[in-house]
Amino acid sequence: MRVFRLTDSRRRQCAQPSSRLSPGGREGRNSCRQIACELVTRTSIHGWLLLLPAAILLVAFTHYPAVATVIHSFFSTARGAREAQFIGLDNYRDMIDDPIFWQALRNNAVFCLFTIPTSMALALLMAIWVNGKIAGRGFLRLAFFTPTILPMIAVANIWLFFYTPGYGLIDQIGGLFGLGEHNWLGSRDTVLGCLIVVTVWKEAGFFMIFYLAALQQISPVLGEAAAIEGAGRWYFFRRITFPLLMPTTLFVLVNAVINSFRLIDHVVAMTKGGPDNASALLLFYIYQVGFRFWDTGYAAALTVVLLAILALSALVQFLFLEKRVHYQ
Amino acid sequence: MRYVGKTIVAALGATLLLASASARAAVELSFYYPVAVGGPITKIIDGMVADFEKANPDAKIKAIYAGTYQESITKALTALKSGEPPNLAVLLSTDMFTLIDEDAILPWNQLATSAADKAWLGSFYPGFMANSQTGGKIWGIPFQRSTVVQYWNKVAFKEAGLDPERPPTSWAEMVAFGQKLTKRDANGNVTQWGLQIPSSGFPYWLFQALATENDATLMNEAGTQVNFANPAVVEALQFFVDLSRKDKIMPAGIVEWGTTPKDFFERKVAMIWTTTGNLTNVKTNAPFEFGVAQLPAKRRPGSPTGGGNFYLFKKTTPEQRAVALAFAKFMTTPERAAEWGIKTGYVAVRPEAWDTPEMKAYVAGFPAAAVARDQLKSAVAEFSTHENQRVTQALNDGLQAALTGTKTPEQAMKDAQREADRILRPYRK
Repeated sequence: MRVFRLTDSRRRQCAQPSSRLSPGGREGRNSCRQIACELVTRTSIHGWLLLLPAAILLVAFTHYPAVATVIHSFFSTARGAREAQFIGLDNYRDMIDDPIFWQALRNNAVFCLFTIPTSMALALLMAIWVNGKIAGRGFLRLAFFTPTILPMIAVANIWLFFYTPGYGLIDQIGGLFGLGEHNWLGSRDTVLGCLIVVTVWKEAGFFMIFYLAALQQISPVLGEAAAIEGAGRWYFFRRITFPLLMPTTLFVLVNAVINSFRLIDHVVAMTKGGPDNASALLLFYIYQVGFRFWDTGYAAALTVVLLAILALSALVQFLFLEKRVHYQ
Repeated sequence: MRYVGKTIVAALGATLLLASASARAAVELSFYYPVAVGGPITKIIDGMVADFEKANPDAKIKAIYAGTYQESITKALTALKSGEPPNLAVLLSTDMFTLIDEDAILPWNQLATSAADKAWLGSFYPGFMANSQTGGKIWGIPFQRSTVVQYWNKVAFKEAGLDPERPPTSWAEMVAFGQKLTKRDANGNVTQWGLQIPSSGFPYWLFQALATENDATLMNEAGTQVNFANPAVVEALQFFVDLSRKDKIMPAGIVEWGTTPKDFFERKVAMIWTTTGNLTNVKTNAPFEFGVAQLPAKRRPGSPTGGGNFYLFKKTTPEQRAVALAFAKFMTTPERAAEWGIKTGYVAVRPEAWDTPEMKAYVAGFPAAAVARDQLKSAVAEFSTHENQRVTQALNDGLQAALTGTKTPEQAMKDAQREADRILRPYRK
């Protein structure tokens, strides 16, 4: 945008002196137009050249794949000698009848509903705690942040041991209180909850960093003023700190929503979507259909649904929530 | 002039000869292989490849470790779709139909035409060949193959008052032994289970053993029909479910495949079912005396085979195909099959391998090594159909639904049958 505005003003600058030099002169005006045009083209070429690397990357790795996915979702899957054929909305019709798709969608909804608020609340709590002046602050910050540094696969393997029935950490601790062994990952009732706990454990530390940075931006003057006015800590948090953190909260929320659809490493490492799809998340199901069943047409249709969900949630967050996040 | 001309011709000839020689030297073959059991598999494979290259100086094998079986087939198919498939790969025997449907592989019998080659093709255990051929063509050469066997803790047997040298030979015996072996503490919590049959990841494989023992066949040879709703199959599943629900000798819910050997070492369970590929693992890690035996029978004994075959990809030059054939033959000579079996625990794939002095000495010192071979007599082809991954998933989902109690065995198998029929319909024409 800036490029165009610049050229506009240049054209104006260029037009004025020329009209002074040869008032009404056709030739002068023409030559001026030429210069202006040249300037316009040169600046816009510069502009486009500057944009080009980013544009190529965006088009090649973001926009083209998205458009291609939408197109592929209207075709059947090519197999060996059989070519892909246009089948209209058949893939989407299959999806409506596909119980595993609905199960994965339901699982993902539950997964979002529990991981997002929990990890954000925990992150805020931890950030406020390690922002205060306490002994061993650096150590605490490191401890909270460690799960974020670990790759998800490593995290999943650690938790796999925690959840092992009988001699896993959780059952060993439970055993001290006389509880029997639990098949945490092998039961439909507990498996999704187990994955949610792992995700919260991994994500909260990451979000804490953002809250911590935001907390340190808040001027201490506000705290001092509040103290003079006699405001309690909870009141100060509710009326000052939390509203000032809103932009960070929005940023963290967007990230949390994206991550809750994007992170499936732990599903692969811990449950493979089982038992009986009780822990299948939408992206895991897409991987399964695309790269295990090689039904790429149907996988494309599923991807379109995922894209739509993410686009919709981003739109809601930016258009609707953004208006309310800034402290006025 | 004539002299010069002659020199030029000679030089040209020499160049051509050289060129053809270097072309022959440059026959390069890419080879994907998976690792599915413990042990230094990549080192063993690299050693065998180096031996082959020494014996065949004009061939170069690029051995590429491709992950688990699942990752290997994904990699091979992704590479195929991008136009650069491997020339040769070890993949699950059950991937055969998938690879045929993708038009990715060549039948070996089209290549191995000499009398010696034909004799080689006929030298493998028929139990392993069942999964390697369809429609009269041989698509896979058995390499790292296994079956399901039972391992039992002899010390636990003694403690429970059972004969430590006698494993259960029938389903009824297995349940009776299991009840004696299941120990509970004062609160009624189980401290040692009688039995574990894993049901995570690929429950169909272990379930196929139960179905076979109940004299049911899960699929036809053409890979276009499944018999999940067959009453004998449902009965086998009912037995599987009852082991934890009614008889209470197995943990409820899904039993993890990966931790089952560890549960055995930790004495959390007295009898386990797992692959022979774990033999070396158990031998190294079990802190007590253990036994290995064929699976118990119901109407008949039986187990599916499992493991990987050599597949030759279509996108190869005639020279590469010749090298691939030579390599597959080299890797499956009796001596090498014996060496591979001893080092890993896989079943040596041809009878002659068991007559080699090395193998005879190994079996004499460790008789358990021969159990899987003896079980081959009653072994059946591992479950495999067209669209294998998808049909298998339908069966896995059904099994897990029954084992976790969300569906009755009958309902679960009916649903799996309907789903499989839907997927397989296009292949029945």
